[in-house]
Amino acid sequence: MSASAAPTLTPSLDSVRFATHLSQRSYLPAWWLETKKAAWNQFNALPMPSRTDETWRFSSLSSLDISGFELPEDASQHIPNLSDFPHAAEIIYSNRQLVARSAVPADLVAQGVIFAPLDEALTKHGDLVKKYFQKLPANLGSEKFVALNTAFTGTGSLLYVPKGVEITSPFVVQHTLSGANKAAFPHTIVILEDNAKATLVEFFVSADKSRHLASGVNDLHAGPGAQLTYVGAQNWSADTLAFQTNSIVAERDAKVLSLNVHLGGRQARHESHSRLLGPGAHSEMLALTVATGDHEFDQRTLQTHVSPNTTSNLLYKNALLDTAKTIFSGLIIVEPDAQKTDAYQKNRNLILSDDAEAHSLPGLEIQANDVRCSHGSTSSRIEPEQEFYLQARGIKPEAAKQMLIFAFFEEVLNKLENEALHKSLSTLIESKFKK
Amino acid sequence: MSSLEIRDLVVALTATPDKPIVKGLNLTIKTGEVHAIMGPNGTGKSTLSKAIAGHPDYQIISGDVILDGKSILEMEPDERARAGLFLAFQYPSEIPGVSIANFLRAAVQARMAEGEELDATGYYKKLYGKMDMLKIDRKFTSRSVNEGFSGGEKKRCEILQMAMLEPSFSLMDETDSGLDIDALKIVAEGVNAMRGDKLGVLLITHYQRLLDYIVPDFVHVMYDGRIVKSGDKSLALELEAKGYDWVKTELAAV
Repeated sequence: MSASAAPTLTPSLDSVRFATHLSQRSYLPAWWLETKKAAWNQFNALPMPSRTDETWRFSSLSSLDISGFELPEDASQHIPNLSDFPHAAEIIYSNRQLVARSAVPADLVAQGVIFAPLDEALTKHGDLVKKYFQKLPANLGSEKFVALNTAFTGTGSLLYVPKGVEITSPFVVQHTLSGANKAAFPHTIVILEDNAKATLVEFFVSADKSRHLASGVNDLHAGPGAQLTYVGAQNWSADTLAFQTNSIVAERDAKVLSLNVHLGGRQARHESHSRLLGPGAHSEMLALTVATGDHEFDQRTLQTHVSPNTTSNLLYKNALLDTAKTIFSGLIIVEPDAQKTDAYQKNRNLILSDDAEAHSLPGLEIQANDVRCSHGSTSSRIEPEQEFYLQARGIKPEAAKQMLIFAFFEEVLNKLENEALHKSLSTLIESKFKK
Repeated sequence: MSSLEIRDLVVALTATPDKPIVKGLNLTIKTGEVHAIMGPNGTGKSTLSKAIAGHPDYQIISGDVILDGKSILEMEPDERARAGLFLAFQYPSEIPGVSIANFLRAAVQARMAEGEELDATGYYKKLYGKMDMLKIDRKFTSRSVNEGFSGGEKKRCEILQMAMLEPSFSLMDETDSGLDIDALKIVAEGVNAMRGDKLGVLLITHYQRLLDYIVPDFVHVMYDGRIVKSGDKSLALELEAKGYDWVKTELAAV
């Protein structure tokens, strides 16, 4: 072994490692370093989830072991290319290193659009980050893992779109992990000012089959009349423990569409909280999961209607194979002032194996009297008549089954305006079924 | 020339194998021929077509179905289809999320050799040609299979599939049900355009009306699970004039 001047890294995320992480970032704003320190303390102070936590009902807890993981220091050679659709600009991380970045088109820069890696955003646009960073956290049970994200995050991005600027081409951020016991803590902030329109697509992917840890957090803020589309698609390795937390805020007349695609992970927890703050705000909350092997996909959602005339529509679809397990627990809260709220919540499970297990816990908490709310969950199997119809046209049973699984997902993917993105996500999902 | 032979066929619901619905039916269809099976409701007409197509709800108790000298009973529904059988459904399934274009493409692809690539340009050219013939709006290709279709649209979509897949034998189960006269004419025109040496048709119908537009070579009357009378197209007219009670009375007299 060669001697090195670099500080010795302990193969875990301990205080020594945190101090090193912080010292490497001394050039960043003081408030940021303080935020990180507070988060590290919070992480250490918070207990691990326990059996008595309602927010962890049905979840496997013994497998939430986060010891032995380390922050990677070197980029991987192999970086899958997932952004095979036209996009405005992209930022690619591999093992916490910024390995590729395309320039934001000059006309967008001229209009004040910012799309920057997180550390650069903190240096150049610190006040903007400070104004929105975890100002309205999701708080759906993973506070400990969100705190760990804040403590160690260094990868991520800021997308800022000024008033009235509409961009149809998506922005792409990709996070790649490779090598045993590596961890990633991406944090993405999207801020759309009044009547702005933009799409951010974020990929989370393991480049190999190693054991990984990921805790990703985002702050998605749609100002008055803005239209924000966020897609987060993860294809972590089968030995990854993953957390992904969305904080969505929609102001007056804003429309937010969020789609989370979950394909990988031994245990993947996803939390998403939409807050409808201004009248006329809408949040479309979508998720697709392909649950295979003995993996667990744990989804916790909250639709908080604060203002009147707000709407939200949640559709989470899970396809379960093998001995996979899914948990959906969703709540709609309609606050006393939020009259004329329309809020819907649907969890649909397609059961493709007798040994798979789908739990569903839908919930409503209505404090206003003039609202339309519904929630429901269904578990179904492939419809034999549909299967026969396809086979009667000569389509082989396996292909017919796959077509029907895809058909199940199409209802969600069809809500994306961008055809090329839709196609790209279909291909990504398809890859999950290729043996 | 191909042939489809139905020999002493006895069919029951899989759930109730001791209660046959088709009770020993014999019929041979050759390519180039159009046969019509007429009969009152509940006589086993649809059961016959579904059983031949391999629907899992139906069980063949005895007898055989032979396509070009080879029994198809051990074949899966998709193998039967690729061997040249086509069932035009009485009630086609709605499949939300599968577009007509993708569905037909998969069906055409399934008939190609492993590794062979579908010629997309040729495929769409053919598809649009058939759609024009059946007066189906081209926008339909991106719509989900049968989802929200009217009765007439569903039946035209069945004929479109038949036109694209070019079967040797088509079993058309009450294709006329739920059609107004204009839709019926379009469907009939489509079938007539496909008539020829390479196609044998079994039309299953309750009403004579369809046979004004698709004129059959042979007409069979089915009653209580069997063919009880066969003849040419004039039999259909006679049946229309005298009603199914005539067959019942005649049978009772025998």
